[in-house]
Amino acid sequence: MSDVQTAASDAARDPTDGLAALERPGSVAESFGIPLAVLAELTHRCPLQCPYCSNPVELDRGGTELSTAEWKKVLSELAEIGVLQIHFSGGEPTARKDLVELVQHASDVGLYSNLITSAVLLTRERLAQLSDAGLCHVQISFQGNEPVVADRVAGFKGAHAKKIEVAKWTRELELPLTVNAVMHRQNLFQLPDIIQMAVDLDADRLEVANVQYYGWALKNRAALMPTLAQIEETTAIVEDARARLKGTLAIDFVVPDYYALRPKKCMGGWGRQFFNISPAGKILPCHAAETITGLEFESVRSNHSIAWIWQNSAAFNRYRGTGWMPEPCRACEFKDIDFGGCRCQAFALTGDAGNTDPACALSPMHEQIFKLAETEAGGDHDRFLYRNFAGGTLEAESDHGA
Amino acid sequence: MAGRNISVSEASRPVLPRHAKLKFDDTRQRWVILAPERVLAPDDIAVEVLQLCDGVRSVAGMADQLAEKYTAERAAILTDVVAMLQDLADKGFLTEAREPTT
Repeated sequence: MSDVQTAASDAARDPTDGLAALERPGSVAESFGIPLAVLAELTHRCPLQCPYCSNPVELDRGGTELSTAEWKKVLSELAEIGVLQIHFSGGEPTARKDLVELVQHASDVGLYSNLITSAVLLTRERLAQLSDAGLCHVQISFQGNEPVVADRVAGFKGAHAKKIEVAKWTRELELPLTVNAVMHRQNLFQLPDIIQMAVDLDADRLEVANVQYYGWALKNRAALMPTLAQIEETTAIVEDARARLKGTLAIDFVVPDYYALRPKKCMGGWGRQFFNISPAGKILPCHAAETITGLEFESVRSNHSIAWIWQNSAAFNRYRGTGWMPEPCRACEFKDIDFGGCRCQAFALTGDAGNTDPACALSPMHEQIFKLAETEAGGDHDRFLYRNFAGGTLEAESDHGA
Repeated sequence: MAGRNISVSEASRPVLPRHAKLKFDDTRQRWVILAPERVLAPDDIAVEVLQLCDGVRSVAGMADQLAEKYTAERAAILTDVVAMLQDLADKGFLTEAREPTT
Protein backbone atom coordinates (compact mmCIF):
# COMPACT_ATOMS: atom_id res chain seq x y z
CA MET A 1 0.00 0.00 0.00
CA SER A 2 2.94 2.34 0.20
CA ASP A 3 2.30 3.80 -3.24
CA VAL A 4 -1.25 4.74 -2.55
CA GLN A 5 -0.39 6.22 0.80
CA THR A 6 2.44 8.25 -0.65
CA ALA A 7 0.27 9.39 -3.49
CA ALA A 8 -2.57 10.52 -1.30
CA SER A 9 -0.36 12.27 1.19
CA ASP A 10 1.57 14.04 -1.57
CA ALA A 11 -1.72 15.26 -2.93
CA ALA A 12 -2.80 16.38 0.52
CA ARG A 13 0.37 18.37 0.97
CA ASP A 14 -0.02 20.08 -2.36
CA PRO A 15 -3.71 20.29 -3.21
CA THR A 16 -3.06 22.16 -6.43
CA ASP A 17 -1.13 19.18 -7.70
CA GLY A 18 -3.59 16.32 -7.50
CA LEU A 19 -1.55 14.31 -9.94
CA ALA A 20 1.26 13.76 -7.48
CA ALA A 21 1.08 9.99 -7.74
CA LEU A 22 2.26 9.63 -11.28
CA GLU A 23 4.20 12.83 -11.52
CA ARG A 24 7.03 12.10 -9.15
CA PRO A 25 10.43 12.57 -10.72
CA GLY A 26 11.48 9.50 -12.61
CA SER A 27 7.97 8.13 -12.95
CA VAL A 28 6.87 6.48 -16.18
CA ALA A 29 4.36 9.23 -16.80
CA GLU A 30 7.00 11.89 -16.67
CA SER A 31 9.26 10.12 -19.12
CA PHE A 32 6.35 9.54 -21.48
CA GLY A 33 5.07 12.99 -20.87
CA ILE A 34 1.45 12.99 -22.02
CA PRO A 35 -0.73 14.61 -19.35
CA LEU A 36 -3.01 12.44 -17.26
CA ALA A 37 -5.84 14.97 -17.42
CA VAL A 38 -6.92 17.46 -20.04
CA LEU A 39 -9.31 20.41 -19.77
CA ALA A 40 -11.74 20.72 -22.67
CA GLU A 41 -13.24 24.18 -22.86
CA LEU A 42 -16.23 23.30 -25.01
CA THR A 43 -17.50 26.85 -25.37
CA HIS A 44 -16.95 30.36 -24.06
CA ARG A 45 -20.71 30.97 -23.99
CA CYS A 46 -22.04 31.31 -20.44
CA PRO A 47 -25.18 32.83 -18.91
CA LEU A 48 -23.19 34.07 -15.90
CA GLN A 49 -20.96 37.16 -15.99
CA CYS A 50 -18.55 36.53 -13.10
CA PRO A 51 -15.99 39.33 -12.96
CA TYR A 52 -13.12 36.88 -12.27
CA CYS A 53 -13.84 34.49 -15.13
CA SER A 54 -10.76 32.49 -16.15
CA ASN A 55 -11.64 32.75 -19.85
CA PRO A 56 -9.62 35.20 -21.91
CA VAL A 57 -10.95 38.75 -22.32
CA GLU A 58 -11.05 37.98 -26.07
CA LEU A 59 -13.67 35.23 -26.03
CA ASP A 60 -14.11 32.65 -28.82
CA ARG A 61 -17.44 33.27 -30.58
CA GLY A 62 -19.97 30.44 -30.87
CA GLY A 63 -19.38 30.11 -34.60
CA THR A 64 -15.71 29.18 -34.15
CA GLU A 65 -16.41 26.26 -31.78
CA LEU A 66 -15.38 22.74 -32.70
CA SER A 67 -18.26 20.64 -34.00
CA THR A 68 -19.56 17.50 -32.31
CA ALA A 69 -17.63 15.34 -34.74
CA GLU A 70 -14.43 17.31 -34.15
CA TRP A 71 -14.72 17.01 -30.35
CA LYS A 72 -15.39 13.28 -30.63
CA LYS A 73 -12.29 12.84 -32.75
CA VAL A 74 -10.30 14.84 -30.17
CA LEU A 75 -11.60 12.66 -27.30
CA SER A 76 -10.67 9.47 -29.15
CA GLU A 77 -7.22 10.81 -29.90
CA LEU A 78 -6.67 11.87 -26.27
CA ALA A 79 -7.58 8.41 -24.97
CA GLU A 80 -5.32 6.80 -27.56
CA ILE A 81 -2.23 8.80 -26.55
CA GLY A 82 -2.65 8.07 -22.83
CA VAL A 83 -4.82 10.81 -21.33
CA LEU A 84 -6.95 9.31 -18.54
CA GLN A 85 -9.29 12.09 -17.46
CA ILE A 86 -11.25 14.74 -19.31
CA HIS A 87 -12.66 17.83 -17.63
CA PHE A 88 -15.56 19.30 -19.59
CA SER A 89 -15.49 23.01 -18.90
CA GLY A 90 -16.19 26.34 -20.57
CA GLY A 91 -17.66 28.94 -20.52
CA GLU A 92 -20.61 26.87 -19.57
CA PRO A 93 -20.26 23.36 -21.04
CA THR A 94 -23.97 22.60 -20.66
CA ALA A 95 -24.62 25.39 -23.19
CA ARG A 96 -23.45 22.82 -25.77
CA LYS A 97 -26.48 20.88 -27.00
CA ASP A 98 -24.26 17.84 -27.66
CA LEU A 99 -22.85 17.51 -24.14
CA VAL A 100 -24.56 14.17 -23.38
CA GLU A 101 -23.23 12.78 -26.66
CA LEU A 102 -19.71 13.98 -25.84
CA VAL A 103 -19.81 12.49 -22.33
CA GLN A 104 -21.05 9.21 -23.79
CA HIS A 105 -18.19 9.25 -26.28
CA ALA A 106 -15.67 9.93 -23.50
CA SER A 107 -17.05 6.90 -21.65
CA ASP A 108 -16.90 4.79 -24.81
CA VAL A 109 -13.21 5.51 -25.32
CA GLY A 110 -12.42 4.95 -21.63
CA LEU A 111 -11.93 8.52 -20.38
CA TYR A 112 -12.89 9.44 -16.81
CA SER A 113 -15.17 12.46 -17.22
CA ASN A 114 -15.70 15.44 -14.98
CA LEU A 115 -18.23 18.22 -15.54
CA ILE A 116 -17.19 21.69 -14.39
CA THR A 117 -20.39 23.72 -14.47
CA SER A 118 -22.24 26.78 -13.22
CA ALA A 119 -25.30 24.47 -13.16
CA VAL A 120 -27.85 27.15 -14.05
CA LEU A 121 -28.82 25.62 -17.41
CA LEU A 122 -29.28 22.06 -16.13
CA THR A 123 -32.57 20.26 -15.72
CA ARG A 124 -32.92 17.12 -13.63
CA GLU A 125 -33.64 15.15 -16.77
CA ARG A 126 -30.47 16.33 -18.53
CA LEU A 127 -28.36 15.62 -15.46
CA ALA A 128 -29.80 12.10 -15.36
CA GLN A 129 -28.91 11.69 -19.05
CA LEU A 130 -25.34 12.79 -18.30
CA SER A 131 -25.21 10.32 -15.45
CA ASP A 132 -26.48 7.52 -17.70
CA ALA A 133 -23.85 8.50 -20.28
CA GLY A 134 -21.19 7.66 -17.67
CA LEU A 135 -20.32 11.04 -16.17
CA CYS A 136 -18.02 10.34 -13.20
CA HIS A 137 -18.03 13.58 -11.23
CA VAL A 138 -19.74 16.97 -11.06
CA GLN A 139 -18.17 20.22 -9.93
CA ILE A 140 -20.49 23.18 -9.36
CA SER A 141 -19.22 26.71 -8.86
CA PHE A 142 -20.74 28.86 -6.11
CA GLN A 143 -20.35 32.61 -5.73
CA GLY A 144 -21.47 32.80 -2.11
CA ASN A 145 -23.68 30.97 0.40
CA GLU A 146 -26.85 33.01 -0.16
CA PRO A 147 -28.47 34.77 -3.15
CA VAL A 148 -27.76 38.44 -2.34
CA VAL A 149 -23.97 38.21 -2.66
CA ALA A 150 -23.92 35.18 -4.97
CA ASP A 151 -26.34 36.48 -7.62
CA ARG A 152 -24.65 39.88 -7.64
CA VAL A 153 -21.20 38.34 -8.26
CA ALA A 154 -22.61 36.04 -10.96
CA GLY A 155 -24.55 38.89 -12.54
CA PHE A 156 -27.49 36.49 -12.87
CA LYS A 157 -30.71 36.66 -10.90
CA GLY A 158 -31.77 33.35 -9.39
CA ALA A 159 -28.41 31.67 -10.04
CA HIS A 160 -27.75 30.66 -6.43
CA ALA A 161 -31.12 29.00 -5.84
CA LYS A 162 -30.72 27.05 -9.08
CA LYS A 163 -27.23 25.87 -8.12
CA ILE A 164 -28.51 24.57 -4.79
CA GLU A 165 -31.25 22.68 -6.61
CA VAL A 166 -28.83 21.11 -9.11
CA ALA A 167 -26.40 20.17 -6.33
CA LYS A 168 -29.22 18.26 -4.63
CA TRP A 169 -30.12 16.45 -7.86
CA THR A 170 -26.45 15.55 -8.28
CA ARG A 171 -26.41 13.76 -4.95
CA GLU A 172 -29.84 12.18 -5.52
CA LEU A 173 -28.38 10.65 -8.66
CA GLU A 174 -25.43 9.45 -6.52
CA LEU A 175 -22.93 11.43 -8.52
CA PRO A 176 -20.00 12.70 -6.47
CA LEU A 177 -20.05 16.46 -5.97
CA THR A 178 -17.34 19.06 -5.62
CA VAL A 179 -18.36 22.55 -4.53
CA ASN A 180 -16.05 25.11 -6.09
CA ALA A 181 -16.17 28.38 -4.16
CA VAL A 182 -14.30 31.23 -5.79
CA MET A 183 -13.25 33.61 -3.04
CA HIS A 184 -12.32 37.30 -3.02
CA ARG A 185 -12.59 40.39 -0.83
CA GLN A 186 -16.35 40.74 -1.26
CA ASN A 187 -17.35 37.19 -0.24
CA LEU A 188 -14.57 35.91 2.04
CA PHE A 189 -16.66 36.86 5.08
CA GLN A 190 -19.06 34.05 4.03
CA LEU A 191 -16.43 31.30 4.08
CA PRO A 192 -17.62 29.57 7.29
CA ASP A 193 -21.16 29.51 5.88
CA ILE A 194 -19.92 28.24 2.51
CA ILE A 195 -18.15 25.37 4.25
CA GLN A 196 -21.37 24.52 6.08
CA MET A 197 -23.30 24.78 2.80
CA ALA A 198 -20.95 22.21 1.23
CA VAL A 199 -21.54 19.86 4.17
CA ASP A 200 -25.32 20.37 3.97
CA LEU A 201 -25.23 19.63 0.22
CA ASP A 202 -23.41 16.35 0.99
CA ALA A 203 -20.47 17.37 -1.20
CA ASP A 204 -17.39 15.16 -1.24
CA ARG A 205 -14.96 17.98 -1.85
CA LEU A 206 -14.82 21.71 -1.43
CA GLU A 207 -12.40 23.86 -3.37
CA VAL A 208 -11.74 27.15 -1.63
CA ALA A 209 -10.22 28.84 -4.63
CA ASN A 210 -9.01 32.36 -4.20
CA VAL A 211 -9.23 34.32 -7.42
CA GLN A 212 -6.13 34.18 -9.60
CA TYR A 213 -5.54 37.51 -11.27
CA TYR A 214 -5.42 37.12 -15.05
CA GLY A 215 -7.79 38.26 -17.78
CA TRP A 216 -11.13 39.35 -16.36
CA ALA A 217 -9.96 39.04 -12.77
CA LEU A 218 -7.00 41.31 -13.46
CA LYS A 219 -9.39 43.94 -14.83
CA ASN A 220 -11.38 43.58 -11.59
CA ARG A 221 -8.44 43.29 -9.24
CA ALA A 222 -9.24 46.43 -7.26
CA ALA A 223 -12.75 45.12 -6.56
CA LEU A 224 -11.64 41.58 -5.71
CA MET A 225 -8.24 41.66 -3.99
CA PRO A 226 -8.55 40.46 -0.39
CA THR A 227 -6.74 42.12 2.48
CA LEU A 228 -3.84 40.37 4.17
CA ALA A 229 -5.95 40.11 7.33
CA GLN A 230 -8.67 38.30 5.34
CA ILE A 231 -6.15 35.81 3.96
CA GLU A 232 -4.77 35.06 7.40
CA GLU A 233 -8.27 34.52 8.75
CA THR A 234 -9.16 32.33 5.76
CA THR A 235 -6.19 30.08 6.36
CA ALA A 236 -7.21 29.61 9.99
CA ILE A 237 -10.84 28.86 9.03
CA VAL A 238 -9.77 26.28 6.42
CA GLU A 239 -7.36 24.56 8.80
CA ASP A 240 -10.01 24.34 11.49
CA ALA A 241 -12.61 22.97 9.04
CA ARG A 242 -10.19 20.39 7.63
CA ALA A 243 -9.56 18.99 11.09
CA ARG A 244 -13.23 19.10 12.06
CA LEU A 245 -14.56 17.57 8.82
CA LYS A 246 -11.90 14.91 8.21
CA GLY A 247 -13.53 11.96 6.47
CA THR A 248 -16.68 13.98 5.65
CA LEU A 249 -15.48 16.79 3.39
CA ALA A 250 -12.10 17.12 1.71
CA ILE A 251 -11.04 20.76 1.36
CA ASP A 252 -8.60 22.02 -1.25
CA PHE A 253 -7.29 25.51 -0.68
CA VAL A 254 -5.75 27.81 -3.26
CA VAL A 255 -4.21 31.00 -1.87
CA PRO A 256 -3.83 34.17 -3.92
CA ASP A 257 -0.17 34.30 -4.86
CA TYR A 258 0.06 38.07 -4.47
CA TYR A 259 0.55 37.47 -0.78
CA ALA A 260 3.05 34.65 -1.15
CA LEU A 261 6.83 34.82 -1.00
CA ARG A 262 7.33 32.01 -3.47
CA PRO A 263 5.42 31.72 -6.74
CA LYS A 264 3.05 28.83 -7.43
CA LYS A 265 4.16 25.93 -9.60
CA CYS A 266 1.70 27.10 -12.22
CA MET A 267 0.14 24.24 -14.22
CA GLY A 268 2.86 22.05 -12.72
CA GLY A 269 5.30 23.85 -15.01
CA TRP A 270 4.68 25.10 -18.56
CA GLY A 271 4.08 22.17 -20.91
CA ARG A 272 4.96 19.65 -18.23
CA GLN A 273 1.77 17.93 -17.12
CA PHE A 274 -1.22 19.84 -18.44
CA PHE A 275 -2.82 21.24 -21.54
CA ASN A 276 -6.25 22.52 -22.36
CA ILE A 277 -8.18 22.78 -25.58
CA SER A 278 -9.96 26.04 -26.35
CA PRO A 279 -13.48 26.15 -27.85
CA ALA A 280 -11.96 26.77 -31.28
CA GLY A 281 -9.58 23.83 -30.87
CA LYS A 282 -6.28 25.43 -29.89
CA ILE A 283 -4.00 23.34 -27.69
CA LEU A 284 -2.84 25.62 -24.87
CA PRO A 285 -0.37 25.18 -21.98
CA CYS A 286 -2.95 26.85 -19.71
CA HIS A 287 -6.35 28.46 -20.14
CA ALA A 288 -4.85 31.97 -19.92
CA ALA A 289 -1.97 31.33 -22.35
CA GLU A 290 -3.61 33.16 -25.23
CA THR A 291 -3.18 36.40 -23.27
CA ILE A 292 0.56 36.17 -24.01
CA THR A 293 1.10 37.93 -27.32
CA GLY A 294 3.73 36.68 -29.72
CA LEU A 295 3.07 32.96 -29.18
CA GLU A 296 1.44 30.89 -31.94
CA PHE A 297 -0.76 28.09 -30.64
CA GLU A 298 -1.51 25.15 -32.91
CA SER A 299 -5.04 23.86 -33.39
CA VAL A 300 -6.52 20.37 -33.54
CA ARG A 301 -7.76 21.60 -36.94
CA SER A 302 -4.15 21.81 -38.18
CA ASN A 303 -2.59 18.82 -39.88
CA HIS A 304 -0.61 17.98 -36.72
CA SER A 305 -1.60 15.35 -34.17
CA ILE A 306 -2.29 16.42 -30.59
CA ALA A 307 0.78 14.49 -29.41
CA TRP A 308 2.94 16.30 -31.99
CA ILE A 309 1.65 19.70 -30.86
CA TRP A 310 2.30 18.81 -27.21
CA GLN A 311 5.80 17.58 -27.86
CA ASN A 312 7.05 19.75 -30.71
CA SER A 313 5.18 23.01 -31.11
CA ALA A 314 7.16 26.18 -30.53
CA ALA A 315 4.71 27.58 -27.98
CA PHE A 316 4.97 24.52 -25.70
CA ASN A 317 8.75 24.41 -25.94
CA ARG A 318 9.21 28.14 -25.41
CA TYR A 319 9.00 28.00 -21.58
CA ARG A 320 9.41 24.28 -20.97
CA GLY A 321 11.84 23.11 -18.33
CA THR A 322 14.42 25.58 -17.00
CA GLY A 323 16.69 26.33 -19.98
CA TRP A 324 14.77 29.47 -21.02
CA MET A 325 15.15 31.12 -17.63
CA PRO A 326 16.92 34.44 -17.09
CA GLU A 327 18.24 35.52 -13.70
CA PRO A 328 17.19 35.47 -10.90
CA CYS A 329 15.50 32.16 -11.84
CA ARG A 330 18.51 30.63 -13.59
CA ALA A 331 20.67 30.38 -10.48
CA CYS A 332 17.76 29.79 -8.11
CA GLU A 333 17.70 26.62 -6.02
CA PHE A 334 13.89 26.47 -6.40
CA LYS A 335 13.81 26.55 -10.20
CA ASP A 336 12.94 22.85 -10.49
CA ILE A 337 10.29 23.22 -7.79
CA ASP A 338 8.21 26.15 -9.04
CA PHE A 339 9.55 26.52 -12.63
CA GLY A 340 9.67 30.28 -12.18
CA GLY A 341 5.94 30.62 -11.40
CA CYS A 342 3.32 31.67 -13.91
CA ARG A 343 4.15 32.86 -17.46
CA CYS A 344 0.79 34.54 -17.96
CA GLN A 345 1.15 36.51 -14.75
CA ALA A 346 4.71 37.49 -15.64
CA PHE A 347 3.42 38.76 -18.99
CA ALA A 348 0.41 40.56 -17.52
CA LEU A 349 2.38 42.33 -14.82
CA THR A 350 5.79 42.91 -16.45
CA GLY A 351 5.04 42.80 -20.19
CA ASP A 352 7.43 39.87 -20.75
CA ALA A 353 6.36 36.27 -20.17
CA GLY A 354 10.06 35.33 -19.81
CA ASN A 355 10.50 37.39 -16.65
CA THR A 356 10.34 35.95 -13.15
CA ASP A 357 6.75 35.82 -11.92
CA PRO A 358 6.40 38.92 -9.70
CA ALA A 359 4.68 36.72 -7.10
CA CYS A 360 8.22 35.59 -6.25
CA ALA A 361 10.01 37.63 -3.60
CA LEU A 362 13.15 37.45 -5.77
CA SER A 363 11.45 39.34 -8.62
CA PRO A 364 12.55 42.98 -8.76
CA MET A 365 8.84 43.85 -9.14
CA HIS A 366 7.56 41.86 -6.17
CA GLU A 367 7.64 44.69 -3.65
CA GLN A 368 5.88 47.14 -5.95
CA ILE A 369 3.11 44.67 -6.82
CA PHE A 370 2.54 43.60 -3.25
CA LYS A 371 2.18 47.24 -2.24
CA LEU A 372 -0.29 47.85 -5.06
CA ALA A 373 -2.36 44.83 -4.01
CA GLU A 374 -2.38 46.05 -0.44
CA THR A 375 -3.53 49.50 -1.53
CA GLU A 376 -6.25 48.09 -3.78
CA ALA A 377 -7.45 45.71 -1.07
CA GLY A 378 -7.76 48.59 1.39
CA GLY A 379 -9.60 50.81 -1.11
CA ASP A 380 -13.32 51.16 -1.64
CA HIS A 381 -13.59 50.29 -5.32
CA ASP A 382 -16.24 47.57 -5.16
CA ARG A 383 -17.95 47.84 -8.56
CA PHE A 384 -17.48 44.91 -10.89
CA LEU A 385 -16.75 44.86 -14.59
CA TYR A 386 -18.96 41.95 -15.69
CA ARG A 387 -17.64 39.42 -18.17
CA ASN A 388 -19.34 39.28 -21.58
CA PHE A 389 -18.62 39.11 -25.30
CA ALA A 390 -18.79 42.90 -25.56
CA GLY A 391 -15.58 43.39 -23.61
CA GLY A 392 -17.27 43.82 -20.23
CA THR A 393 -20.04 45.89 -18.68
CA LEU A 394 -19.50 47.98 -15.58
CA GLU A 395 -21.88 47.22 -12.74
CA ALA A 396 -24.53 49.92 -12.20
CA GLU A 397 -23.64 52.23 -9.32
CA SER A 398 -26.77 51.48 -7.33
CA ASP A 399 -26.37 47.69 -7.59
CA HIS A 400 -23.25 47.10 -5.64
CA GLY A 401 -23.44 46.22 -2.02
CA ALA A 402 -20.83 48.35 -0.31
CA MET B 1 -22.78 9.52 0.04
CA ALA B 2 -23.69 5.93 0.78
CA GLY B 3 -21.18 4.29 3.06
CA ARG B 4 -19.07 7.37 3.61
CA ASN B 5 -17.12 7.10 6.86
CA ILE B 6 -17.36 3.33 6.80
CA SER B 7 -15.60 1.20 9.35
CA VAL B 8 -14.03 -1.81 7.66
CA SER B 9 -14.51 -5.14 9.42
CA GLU B 10 -14.47 -8.83 8.45
CA ALA B 11 -18.14 -8.58 7.57
CA SER B 12 -17.77 -5.55 5.27
CA ARG B 13 -18.43 -6.00 1.56
CA PRO B 14 -16.49 -3.05 0.13
CA VAL B 15 -16.76 -1.79 -3.41
CA LEU B 16 -15.23 1.11 -5.31
CA PRO B 17 -17.65 4.06 -5.48
CA ARG B 18 -18.72 5.37 -8.85
CA HIS B 19 -16.17 8.17 -8.81
CA ALA B 20 -13.19 5.88 -8.20
CA LYS B 21 -12.26 3.68 -11.11
CA LEU B 22 -9.58 1.03 -11.08
CA LYS B 23 -8.14 0.82 -14.56
CA PHE B 24 -5.12 -0.60 -16.34
CA ASP B 25 -3.32 2.25 -18.06
CA ASP B 26 -2.05 0.79 -21.31
CA THR B 27 0.19 3.74 -22.08
CA ARG B 28 2.09 3.60 -18.81
CA GLN B 29 1.67 -0.14 -18.31
CA ARG B 30 0.39 0.04 -14.77
CA TRP B 31 -2.80 0.06 -12.73
CA VAL B 32 -4.25 3.39 -11.66
CA ILE B 33 -7.19 4.59 -9.58
CA LEU B 34 -9.03 7.44 -11.29
CA ALA B 35 -10.79 9.81 -8.88
CA PRO B 36 -11.95 13.43 -9.03
CA GLU B 37 -8.85 15.57 -9.69
CA ARG B 38 -6.63 12.64 -8.75
CA VAL B 39 -4.84 9.76 -10.37
CA LEU B 40 -3.37 7.33 -7.87
CA ALA B 41 -0.87 4.58 -8.48
CA PRO B 42 -1.69 1.60 -6.26
CA ASP B 43 1.01 -1.03 -5.75
CA ASP B 44 0.56 -4.68 -6.82
CA ILE B 45 -0.87 -5.81 -3.51
CA ALA B 46 -3.39 -2.99 -3.41
CA VAL B 47 -4.45 -3.79 -6.96
CA GLU B 48 -4.98 -7.44 -6.09
CA VAL B 49 -7.11 -6.57 -3.06
CA LEU B 50 -9.06 -3.86 -4.90
CA GLN B 51 -9.93 -6.33 -7.64
CA LEU B 52 -11.59 -8.44 -4.98
CA CYS B 53 -13.73 -5.50 -3.85
CA ASP B 54 -16.84 -6.31 -5.88
CA GLY B 55 -19.45 -5.45 -3.27
CA VAL B 56 -20.35 -9.14 -2.96
CA ARG B 57 -17.25 -10.67 -1.38
CA SER B 58 -16.71 -9.93 2.31
CA VAL B 59 -13.40 -8.92 3.81
CA ALA B 60 -13.36 -12.29 5.58
CA GLY B 61 -13.73 -13.98 2.19
CA MET B 62 -10.86 -11.94 0.78
CA ALA B 63 -8.60 -12.95 3.67
CA ASP B 64 -9.50 -16.63 3.09
CA GLN B 65 -8.71 -16.36 -0.58
CA LEU B 66 -5.40 -14.50 -0.15
CA ALA B 67 -4.27 -16.79 2.71
CA GLU B 68 -4.84 -19.79 0.49
CA LYS B 69 -3.19 -18.28 -2.55
CA TYR B 70 -0.05 -17.21 -0.71
CA THR B 71 -0.10 -19.98 1.91
CA ALA B 72 0.23 -17.30 4.53
CA GLU B 73 -1.19 -16.91 8.01
CA ARG B 74 -4.80 -15.73 7.69
CA ALA B 75 -4.79 -13.52 10.79
CA ALA B 76 -1.82 -11.52 9.54
CA ILE B 77 -3.36 -11.12 6.08
CA LEU B 78 -6.67 -10.05 7.56
CA THR B 79 -4.99 -7.36 9.67
CA ASP B 80 -3.16 -5.99 6.61
CA VAL B 81 -6.21 -6.08 4.36
CA VAL B 82 -8.44 -4.33 6.91
CA ALA B 83 -5.83 -1.62 7.47
CA MET B 84 -5.38 -1.07 3.74
CA LEU B 85 -9.10 -0.94 3.00
CA GLN B 86 -9.77 1.35 5.95
CA ASP B 87 -7.11 3.71 4.66
CA LEU B 88 -8.71 3.75 1.20
CA ALA B 89 -12.18 4.19 2.70
CA ASP B 90 -11.01 7.15 4.80
CA LYS B 91 -9.73 8.79 1.64
CA GLY B 92 -13.05 8.24 -0.11
CA PHE B 93 -11.93 5.55 -2.56
CA LEU B 94 -14.02 2.76 -1.09
CA THR B 95 -17.60 2.45 -0.07
CA GLU B 96 -19.81 -0.31 1.28
CA ALA B 97 -22.18 -2.30 -0.89
CA ARG B 98 -25.83 -1.80 -0.07
CA GLU B 99 -29.21 -2.61 -1.45
CA PRO B 100 -30.13 -0.25 -4.27
CA THR B 101 -32.76 2.34 -3.36
CA THR B 102 -35.34 3.63 -5.75
